[in-house]
Amino acid sequence: MADSALHSPPLHTGQEIEFDRAKIRRDMIIRRIGKVGMAFNPIFAYFFLWAPIIILVVFSFNNAETVSVWRGFTTQWYQNIFTNALSAGTESARFSTEIMLTSVGNSLFVALVTTIISTVIGTMVAMSLVRGNFPGKSVMDAVLYLPVVIPEITQAISLAVFFRIVFDFVNNANDGLRAAPGFGTIIIGHVAFCISYVTIVVRARFADMNPRLEEAARDLGANEWRTFWRVTFPLILPGVIAGGLLAFTISLDDFIVTFFVSGIGTTTLPIFVYGLLKTRVPPEINAISTLMLVASTVLVGVSLIMQGRNAGKN
Amino acid sequence: MRKLLFCLMLITLVVGAPALAQDATPEAYAPWTCPEGFAGQSLNVYNWTIYIAEDTIPNFEALCDVDVTYDNYFTNEELLAKLQQGNPGYDVIVPSDYMIAIMIEQELLEPITHENIPNMANISPDMLDPWYDPGNVYTVPYQWGTTGMAYNKTAVGRELTSWNDFFGYEGNVAWLEDLRGMMGIALVMLGFDPNSDVAEEIEAAQQYLLENSGNVAAIVAGNSKQLLSQGEVDIAVDYNGNVFGLIAECAADPNCTTEYAYVIPEEGTSRWTDNLAIPVGAQNKALAEVFLDYILDPQVGADISNFVTYGSPNGKALELGLILPELLNNPALYPPDEIRANLWQISPVNTDAETLYNNAWDELKIAIGN
Repeated sequence: MADSALHSPPLHTGQEIEFDRAKIRRDMIIRRIGKVGMAFNPIFAYFFLWAPIIILVVFSFNNAETVSVWRGFTTQWYQNIFTNALSAGTESARFSTEIMLTSVGNSLFVALVTTIISTVIGTMVAMSLVRGNFPGKSVMDAVLYLPVVIPEITQAISLAVFFRIVFDFVNNANDGLRAAPGFGTIIIGHVAFCISYVTIVVRARFADMNPRLEEAARDLGANEWRTFWRVTFPLILPGVIAGGLLAFTISLDDFIVTFFVSGIGTTTLPIFVYGLLKTRVPPEINAISTLMLVASTVLVGVSLIMQGRNAGKN
Repeated sequence: MRKLLFCLMLITLVVGAPALAQDATPEAYAPWTCPEGFAGQSLNVYNWTIYIAEDTIPNFEALCDVDVTYDNYFTNEELLAKLQQGNPGYDVIVPSDYMIAIMIEQELLEPITHENIPNMANISPDMLDPWYDPGNVYTVPYQWGTTGMAYNKTAVGRELTSWNDFFGYEGNVAWLEDLRGMMGIALVMLGFDPNSDVAEEIEAAQQYLLENSGNVAAIVAGNSKQLLSQGEVDIAVDYNGNVFGLIAECAADPNCTTEYAYVIPEEGTSRWTDNLAIPVGAQNKALAEVFLDYILDPQVGADISNFVTYGSPNGKALELGLILPELLNNPALYPPDEIRANLWQISPVNTDAETLYNNAWDELKIAIGN
């Protein structure tokens, strides 16, 4: 098709313009290579992204204590995890697997609570930044990106110092009570940076939304509250879910902030894994990572389906 | 020499006295029992992940009827940062030698009451009264080890004995991300003190490492096992306990055709000790001391060392034959006296020298990266 278009002479230019067929042919070849390249780009990118993860999944079935050489198929590591999960707290539970499962539980707990709090606050902030009109709005807009761009270590140290000052104050003021870092401080630390991510994602969704829809709802007699829940919220829901998932993932694998504000009994999975420097890495770690990967894939899948549905409704 | 004499005196005092008092019946030692009055209390232990035997904590919980929380950190520096910021309530920590010196200076450790820890008598005399804590005012030793060469014997094709074999090797090697450890080796190769604070000597050591860095494929912390088993490198500098898992597993597996080995080169290497200590701000110092005593029990101590495959400082455990023979007979783990004599310890240097070391190491890494 492209070729026949090429061979037909130019209709309105006359004979005087030299027709550089060689150059055009060259361009077409480059264009074709580009087309093939366009198809290969994502394949290459996906390979880059997924190859280590596929290797992790494969090695979670590896029948060897060390994590890097294939020595046959086994489901033993999964069995270990499940039997230990069932016998948690009893005599038969293996200590190393038990503390690993405890750290997974801690991570999931922190991530879940962080997600709920930061999604609610983040959505409210996005709403007031888009719909609201108040003094200092532009300042707030700029400050919003701060937790995303400043180095995490800076945030971690400032949080640690902040909590220390607060705790010193509380502990000096009242004698009976002793405040100390723990899950509370970790969750506050995580919420502090997750809010920004949620707000940015939700605000992008607001930007796509037609404000006339809200006007129409009000014209038809719905009050503000009803307009929000029946019109605005369903439309921004995919953004809210995407923001929530982002917050969940970021919280789940955060190390630096967690370490600096953690307290007794709050070892999360990243801290557990980093602490293995002195000893052998337990093979169960691949299995637990695979299980978490499966869980998050399911979560993302569900959110994609929900977004697809909403897009269909629009 | 004076140090040696002092050590000998201590041997007689600490080990000799109780041994003389009671007759030597090695088999007849009773299992550890928990002192009364701790039921229902709790203890917070802060250690590297699984740097302890599987049953150590559960058994202690059962024996004393207490609740133990076990949290993890991953470097000495992180532990220091955590404590400087205010101890959230940890009762027992496990810092390495040089970090003990820093923590004592910063007044982050509680002195321990020796009367509450009768099992201190079990510690090998040469592990007592270390340079970083004279008189064991703050610490008891936990595990010790060396920084030597782990290598793929099949690929190398011969026995390695010297650091020259490592620096002159024609295949790929991995260095350990431990600046004082690596610089110490270079200093010793040049005939200087491994803890030198002379600028020219440090510079010479840096030059030595740079000239011998042609075969460096990676500078790693803790994952040389992977590099070795994947064949990325043939020789790696690492802590002994880290690579024994690989050596033992491969030896036990009929499908594994590669032979791995660990060696302390004849020029010697650095030796390190991890210690149990009680940080300032501990919530339950009395129970922490009971825990220290429990860890120093011969059987408990042997179980830990057998599991983590590092050296046990528990002389009584060695004497009673509680350490697995395959570990005890491994010269890389329990070196014979003539090799042990060549081991040195990394001790802190003055601030100027510290800066020199840090700069030298950073420059080296940049140069090698290019």
